[in-house]
Amino acid sequence: MEAGSFLSIDHPLDLESVPDKPPRHWPFSPWHLFLIPLAAMMLLPLVWSLITSLETPAEAQRFPPVLIPKSLQFSNYPAAWHSLPFGHFFLNSFLYSAATVAGNLIFCSLAAYAFARLRFFGSNLLFVLLLVTLMVPFQVIIIPMFLIVRKLGLIDNVGGLIVPNLCGVFGIFLLRQFFLSLPVQLEEAARIDGASRLTIFFKIVLPLSLPVLATLAIIQFMWSWNDFLWPLIIISTPEHAPLQLGLSMFQGAHMTQWNLLMAGTVMSQIPMLAVFLIAQRWFVQSIAYTGIKQ
Amino acid sequence: MLRPAPDSRLHRALGSEHFAGWAFTLPAVVLIVIFGIMPIVWSAIMSFQANDLTSPPTWVGLANYRALLHDPMFAASVRHTILYTVLFVPISVSGALLVAWALNRKLRGVRFYRLAVFVPVVTSTVATGIIFLWLLDPVFGLVNFFLDKLGLPQQGFLQNPDQALFCIVAMTVWGWLGFDVIIYLAALQGVPQELMEAAEIDGAGKWSSFRNVVLPFLRPATLFLVVWSTISALQLFDEIWVTTRGGPLGSTTVVVVYLYQQAFTNFAGGYGAAIAYVLFLAILVVTIVQLKIGGRRIYGES
Repeated sequence: MEAGSFLSIDHPLDLESVPDKPPRHWPFSPWHLFLIPLAAMMLLPLVWSLITSLETPAEAQRFPPVLIPKSLQFSNYPAAWHSLPFGHFFLNSFLYSAATVAGNLIFCSLAAYAFARLRFFGSNLLFVLLLVTLMVPFQVIIIPMFLIVRKLGLIDNVGGLIVPNLCGVFGIFLLRQFFLSLPVQLEEAARIDGASRLTIFFKIVLPLSLPVLATLAIIQFMWSWNDFLWPLIIISTPEHAPLQLGLSMFQGAHMTQWNLLMAGTVMSQIPMLAVFLIAQRWFVQSIAYTGIKQ
Repeated sequence: MLRPAPDSRLHRALGSEHFAGWAFTLPAVVLIVIFGIMPIVWSAIMSFQANDLTSPPTWVGLANYRALLHDPMFAASVRHTILYTVLFVPISVSGALLVAWALNRKLRGVRFYRLAVFVPVVTSTVATGIIFLWLLDPVFGLVNFFLDKLGLPQQGFLQNPDQALFCIVAMTVWGWLGFDVIIYLAALQGVPQELMEAAEIDGAGKWSSFRNVVLPFLRPATLFLVVWSTISALQLFDEIWVTTRGGPLGSTTVVVVYLYQQAFTNFAGGYGAAIAYVLFLAILVVTIVQLKIGGRRIYGES
């Protein structure tokens, strides 16, 4: 599903632009009275997990809670890191995300270009067929998916995470819509000059499509990095688990050691949070353009 | 040396749009047929089978669907899912509209406020679940501490069957709000400036100009968010699995949790597939109804 109508990639959401407001009689905008408590509520869970992650076990297990720890227990982080194979979790998540981002960029863009520009035998039927799969929720296909992946010998294997997610129908639709909006004259001119279709695709179409390719990459990265249900079904060994599943295994192993649990949780969120803070503008625009979270 | 002449049949076939089209789409088509279309068909067949995911399946006709009709656990999971959805969708969508309205203005610190609202969007569902489990801990939790400060009684939250589902609503609204706000902010930037100002000027007509002038502009965004949030709400799983696993006393067992338990804990694959198809049908019907009603509102009144 897409929401491209709210925003076009040529006129991206401008985070800086805000409408001018008429003069007010208040010394400060009354909106602050709403926004300050709101921001506090949105940040509190994250701030509290950070504080707990730096407390001693005794401080974490007390009521009333210790709001400001006496000394910062940074040692909770290495302790959490070593208690379960967090290195593997990160590596597996990185492999899962990188491979599915690459796969989607390559396979979706090739197919999307064909659907946007080429009239070939069965193309309409094929396109409708893809449209149908887009409407089916993941839960519907999850049991046969499990059996197919088992048949391929990819159960409890990072490959089992990657291979089924190498090419999503969503990406094909997103890119096709964009390719359709490109001026066709450039490609026709190149064709007259004798360029092959592959050359046109790589030398003309893809370079013009960098914004939408970045959007697809960001959406797919967020999706793979935060995926939980599919890894839960096919992965059982901690060494083969991606981050979110690993975190839930970690939770199972340290049910009541809240300071360690929070250290692990904070640790697991840092890469995504860092990428988001650096590329906030791109994230926000990608979400606004595609209307997709997961 | 054997090289096809430029006008040979083979050369023309290789250069044709038919060949190029299939060559470009082939990798995608192979992947989507194996991991998309085949499972859809297989799942439908499986829902008419007794299938324990290991031994050869046997055909049982409509038995799975008939059993679903008389399964009190399934009925309860449907009730929980509906309750969750009718709470989550209006709260998150209308809350996001209010927040986006507040954030769409020149204000000191507006960038910070936006960041605060957006950050939960990139927080994973698993992390969200674990963090809220800690915040809502009945014994050591921060929320009970605040209640205590206010002189209010301590609550069981996720461990209380009467409260757990509402806690899940609160948790998921926290996680999803920023996503909805981004969509609304983008839509608000498409509203003409003069109309925005009319709705901002203090006075009696403020609310009515917002409702009659600005809101119609936001209808496509609202329709999209309602449809999308409903679909996601009906598929809720992660946050529940991490926090309550469907408990306490089954009070948070929603349809997908029940599906997971049936298929991957009880190995009742056929029964699980039947649940999945009922869910699919429900999502399809609800989406079509929403698009029909919403589409009429958008296009019918102009």
